[in-house]
Amino acid sequence: MAGAAVLGRLTWRVATVLDVRPETARAKTLVLGVDGWPGHRAGQHLDVRLTSEDGYQAQRSYSIASAPRQDRLELTVERIDDGEVSPYLAGDDLREGDRFEVRGPVGGYFVWRSDAAGDVLLVAGGSGIVPLMAMVRQRAEETSPVPTRLLYSARSWDDVIYRDELERLAGAGFEPLFTLTRSQPAGWTGYARRVDASLLGEVAPTPPAATFVCGPTPFVEAAASALVGLRHPPERIKTERFGPTGG
Amino acid sequence: MPIVSRGFKGKRRGEGPSDRVPPGQYLTDDFPVLSAGPTPHTPVDQWDFTITGEVDELTRWTWDEFRALPSETFTVDIHCVTKWSKLDTVWEGVRLDTLLERVETAVDYATAYCDGGYTTNVPLADLAGGRAWVVYGYDGELLDPEHGGPARLLVPHLYFWKSAKWVRGLRLTATDEPGFWESNGYNLYGDPWREQRYWGD
Ligand SMILES: Cc1cc2nc3c(=O)[nH]c(=O)nc-3n(C[C@H](O)[C@H](O)[C@H](O)COP(=O)(O)OP(=O)(O)OC[C@H]3O[C@@H](n4cnc5c(N)ncnc54)[C@H](O)[C@@H]3O)c2cc1C
Repeated sequence: MAGAAVLGRLTWRVATVLDVRPETARAKTLVLGVDGWPGHRAGQHLDVRLTSEDGYQAQRSYSIASAPRQDRLELTVERIDDGEVSPYLAGDDLREGDRFEVRGPVGGYFVWRSDAAGDVLLVAGGSGIVPLMAMVRQRAEETSPVPTRLLYSARSWDDVIYRDELERLAGAGFEPLFTLTRSQPAGWTGYARRVDASLLGEVAPTPPAATFVCGPTPFVEAAASALVGLRHPPERIKTERFGPTGG
Repeated sequence: MPIVSRGFKGKRRGEGPSDRVPPGQYLTDDFPVLSAGPTPHTPVDQWDFTITGEVDELTRWTWDEFRALPSETFTVDIHCVTKWSKLDTVWEGVRLDTLLERVETAVDYATAYCDGGYTTNVPLADLAGGRAWVVYGYDGELLDPEHGGPARLLVPHLYFWKSAKWVRGLRLTATDEPGFWESNGYNLYGDPWREQRYWGD
C-alpha cells in the first residue's frame, strides 16, 4: 500500500526509460519502469543517481508526476542549460532502454490525501507543477469530488507543462487557472501578472482547507507569504521549493 | 553495484575537495531554502529562547539577554539533504555550550522547537563541544527570515535540516523523539559523511 511506502529502507533501484515525451521546449516527461517500486503518494519525490563509465556519480531530486501506481512512474524534468543532471535527463540523447538509478519515494509531508475533506488550492510556478500534477491526476483517476483550483504561473503559453491534459481535466470541480508573466497569445483572457496577494485574493477569496505551493524558492516565498498576509492559516499551507534561488 | 547511465559524463566532478564535500553532494554558491511551509516573521521583541523539558529549572532568555551572551563569528561548511553543499559560510551566534552550561539535566536528547511548528531532534552530545550554535548573523548581516531569522540552530556536522530555522528553544528528553522531517521519512541522526539521508540509511 502506497501509504506505508516510506517506512522501509530506501534502496537504489534500476529505472529503465520506457518512453520520453516532450512537454515544452525545455521540459520532457520520462516514463520509467522501476523494478520493485513500492508505490508513492501524490506529491512525493525521488532521488535520481547517474553514474558515468568511470564511476563518477551525481544525484538530484525529482518530483513524481504520475498518479500512484506500482509498475511505472513518470518524471518531468526541465532542462537547466548549464546544469549537470537535467541536460542529461531532458536532453536530446536520452531514449527508450536507457537506465539510471532511483530511490524513493521521499517526503511524507507534501502529499495529497484523497480522503481529506475540504477544498484544495494548488499554486505552481514553472516546473513546480510536477508534484501538483500527480495530485490532479490522482484526483481525476479516483473521480474525487474535492473542489480543486490550480493557479499555474508560467512565462508563456508554450511554457505551460501538461497544457492539453490540464484543459481536458477542467470541470467536475477542477479549475485550472493560468497566469502568463512574460508573453500572452493573441486574445488571451487568463491572468497575465505575477502571483501576488491581489491575484491570490482573487483566486482564493476564502482560505481553502489545504494549499500546496511549489516552484522556485523566490516564487514559493512570495506566494506563501502573500497567502499568510491574506490570513490563510499557515498550518494549512504546504510548500516545496525546487532548487536554489534561480528561476 | 551501480549501473552506468549511457552517455553520462558529469560536469561538476572534482569541483570540491573530497574531504569537504560528502558523498552524493555537489557545491553551490547559492543559498537554497528548504522549508515545509510559509516563512514566519517573528519580531525580536516577541522572541525568546527557552530550555525546557527534563530540566531542573526552565531557562529563558529574551532577545536582548540573548544578544548580550558571549558570541562568536565562525566559518563552517553546510550540507543540505537535497544534495547541495556550501563551503566557508560565515555565521555569528552563541555556542550551545554557553546555553547548556546554565541547565541541570540528566537526559541525553534534545528537540529544537520553532516558530511555525517545526521540530528536529538532536542528541545533546552533538550540541555540545563547540559543534553547535544558535546563530543570528549570516555573512556580516542579521539573518534573513527566509534563512531562519531572527535566529536558527546551526549544527553543521549534520544535514542542514537539523539546523532548525526560526528556533525558539530546546526541549530536553530522555529518548530520541523524531522531529518533523524525521517523522516524514528523513533519518533520525543525519550524518552527511555516512549519507544518512532517509530512514534506514
Ligand atoms: C524536492 C525537489 C523536487 C524537485 N523536482 C523537480 C522536478 O520535478 N522537475 C525538475 O525539473 N526539477 C526538480 N527539482 C530540481 C532538481 O533537483 C535539480 O535541481 C535541477 O534539475 C537542476 O539540476 P542540474 O544538475 O541540471 O543543475 P546543477 O548542475 O545542479 O546546477 C546548474 C546551475 O543551475 C542552477 N539551478 C539549479 N536548479 C535550478 C532550478 N530549478 N531553477 C533555476 N536554476 C537552477 C544552479 O544554481 C546552477 O547555477 C527538484 C528539487 C527538489 C529539491
